[in-house]
Amino acid sequence: MKLLPDQKLDVREILKDLDHYRPRRKGWTWRTKIEDHQVGPFVFKDISENLERSVPLPSAHDFGNIDPQCDFVITTEIASGRFEDDLRRMRMAAWHGADHIMVIRTTGQSHIDGLIEGTPEGVGGIPIARKQIRATRKALDAIEDEVGRPINFHSYVSGVAGPEIAVLFAEEGMNGAHQDPQYNVLYRGINMHRSFVDAAEAKRIMADAGILQLDGAHNANATAKEAWKVTPELFVQHAINTAYSRAAGMPAELIALSTVPPTAPPAPKLRLDLPYAVALRELFRGYKFRAQQNTRYIEADMMEATVTHVLDTLISRLTSADIQSTITPDEGRNIPWHYNNVAGVNTARQTLMGLDGIIELLDLKHEGWLREQARELTERAVLFLEEIAAGGGYYAAVAAGQFVDSGYFPERKGDGIVRDPDGGDGAGTVIPRAADYGAPVCSHFGDNLYTRRAGKPCDDYGGCTLCDPSKIQYIDELDVADNVEQRLQIPLAERAAGVLRPEVEKHGDGVVCVTLFVPASPRVAEAAALQMAKHMRLKEPVVISRRLMHPAEGSLFEIKGVLDVAIRIEDLLVPVPEEPLGEAEIEAWVRPRQIHVVAATVGEDEHSVGLHEILDIKHGGIEKYGFRCHDLGTSVPIQRLLDVAHETGARAVLISTIVTHAHVHEEHMRRLHALAQQRGVRQRLALVAGGTQVTNDLARACGMDAGFGRGTTGRDVASFLVRTLRAQESD
Amino acid sequence: MSCVERPDDFASRRTRLTAMSDEELRAHFWTLVEKIVEPLINEARTHTTPSIERSVLLRMGFSSLEAKALVGQIHERQLLGHGAGRLVLELAKSKGIPVRDAGVALLGGFYWEEIGR
Repeated sequence: MKLLPDQKLDVREILKDLDHYRPRRKGWTWRTKIEDHQVGPFVFKDISENLERSVPLPSAHDFGNIDPQCDFVITTEIASGRFEDDLRRMRMAAWHGADHIMVIRTTGQSHIDGLIEGTPEGVGGIPIARKQIRATRKALDAIEDEVGRPINFHSYVSGVAGPEIAVLFAEEGMNGAHQDPQYNVLYRGINMHRSFVDAAEAKRIMADAGILQLDGAHNANATAKEAWKVTPELFVQHAINTAYSRAAGMPAELIALSTVPPTAPPAPKLRLDLPYAVALRELFRGYKFRAQQNTRYIEADMMEATVTHVLDTLISRLTSADIQSTITPDEGRNIPWHYNNVAGVNTARQTLMGLDGIIELLDLKHEGWLREQARELTERAVLFLEEIAAGGGYYAAVAAGQFVDSGYFPERKGDGIVRDPDGGDGAGTVIPRAADYGAPVCSHFGDNLYTRRAGKPCDDYGGCTLCDPSKIQYIDELDVADNVEQRLQIPLAERAAGVLRPEVEKHGDGVVCVTLFVPASPRVAEAAALQMAKHMRLKEPVVISRRLMHPAEGSLFEIKGVLDVAIRIEDLLVPVPEEPLGEAEIEAWVRPRQIHVVAATVGEDEHSVGLHEILDIKHGGIEKYGFRCHDLGTSVPIQRLLDVAHETGARAVLISTIVTHAHVHEEHMRRLHALAQQRGVRQRLALVAGGTQVTNDLARACGMDAGFGRGTTGRDVASFLVRTLRAQESD
Repeated sequence: MSCVERPDDFASRRTRLTAMSDEELRAHFWTLVEKIVEPLINEARTHTTPSIERSVLLRMGFSSLEAKALVGQIHERQLLGHGAGRLVLELAKSKGIPVRDAGVALLGGFYWEEIGR
């Protein structure tokens, strides 16, 4: 299956022949760091291979459209509930630099005692099932070919079916997974004996399949009342899962610690978070680090979230990270919208490229606050461990509420999570292995009759599914009503009919977001804002963000609502941009004619850069084709342009107008046209305006022959001039 | 064991740690962790669960539905401690049939009296 950049993903094609699909590889893929790699005009230090296809950062057009890729793997977490919609989101994220796609599971899957099959719709994530994994992996294969970089696919091995999910992931080529029995115990209320016994089997399966493991310690950040005080315990949680994973047979290179800087401004973030990050990396050297941006403090303001995430990413670069995991900036107000996955990825990408090589410029201090705090955190963690060991071990510690207490250990507030070792989901299901216990399969942990002899445990019957994938039993669907085929009927019919609706999450959901400032006190302003949204014909309007600007002067609101409008593509008048003429054709026509052009920035306006881009030979401007350019500079009166045009016999006048207060740019264009008419030279002169707020339609409405906005090149202007002047000659 | 409430007495508790170098403290940290993890991993080595047994049957070529039903029935008969995979494999060997056929036969209600003896 091959994707073409100008064609949408075909879900039907992905679903075809899934029963025969096999993953092209197993295991995790890191980016390959390249030392001193030249990209465009710059040499980068912390960089990996370029993508073949991508959407560069917006400012890239000023730097030759480069799109350098940092050396960290970049994660985006995806959770719409419908995998068929998630695939498009994955493709967009990959074009913006994501190469680790983490799929959130549907609410409640942790408590399902067995595997889910088919493609039922989920809530807050998808039900992880073989068909959904296969379809997603098949789509990611095509997406990674399109962008030119391997993409890691990831979900969760937790709940009461961990070993089965681990087998499923190993069979289907999943590349990464969360696995941490402490998460089951503390947050899912699953029996602790069951969680740890299951975890050893799951970890062994993951290890043999090369699946990178992320732990779950970061969740204490999100649940603790004061997250910066839970830091000593985070070391303990990381350590328990790490040591347990090693004991189950997982190598260090597959163990990634999931770590989140615990605070956000207005807290003194770096002073608190940096010593923690340093101490963690020292204690756990030799392991991988998955640095996640903070979710704990995200409110509705996406800009605030983004600034926190930039600082989180700065901490990653100042210490170390192997994976930079991103959080969508809208997570505080709704289930993430797809374009906000892209926004989150871009926050990491932009920050990391801006910080490239910073370790050559800065060194973290080796004495003072940073070292003292790092040491103190480690000592507090050691005291925490000593208390567990002295008090009867891990299970007893959880039973006593030692974990996720809001005190800064050894301080205790008595509000920790308490679990009964004999209680919880799956209690009483841990069974002693008999002396003749056997499991005739590969990747099995613990006592086993079939490992006490030579050969593979599965030799007696020709190999297990991990050795012979043809034995995997594929179930397509179990529910005739709740499946992807049913859900696709409306989207595919609408696509076939050429119907477009706005969307943020799922196909055609119609959701839009409008931004309104209302100049009144907060409650009055909010009521008014909602009324305004209704006047815009938004159904079910909801305020998703409110920012007080001043108690009396007003507030800013973002309101989401459903715009129930279907646009037919066939009814649209889509302007077709004119292709510029070839370089050689332009020059061949211009050079022998010695055409003079007069240009200036007009009005009280000192901006000169835009015009230089269009004129100067060194910027690829129109001079290179042989135009004789007379640049009169900035803040030039209109009449002076026409005076010089008369003196030089110019055939064209180019004005640049950047300042737009009170529509002054439109006034300049109208005056140039009117004055040229008065002097009787309008027919002879081609009049062209340019500027950031200028469009061709606007310029022509103001009497110009053409207008050029942001992103225009000299070749665009030269093409227009040649076409216009050539037409004049033929008349 | 953990107190319900306790003030931050870090300054007094840390006194026996202050003489350790950073590396000694790090080594002490990992020694404690391994001590805590040891009984947990030993329990895993010597015990099994329905999910582990279903995961074994998956690897032997059974579907998730078959694995769930088989393990459920083996568990009801209190035979899971022998290993679901072992019971199915040994039945297949004694009957001279493929392992899948042995599992499907058990699901059909056959041969239960012959397994786990």
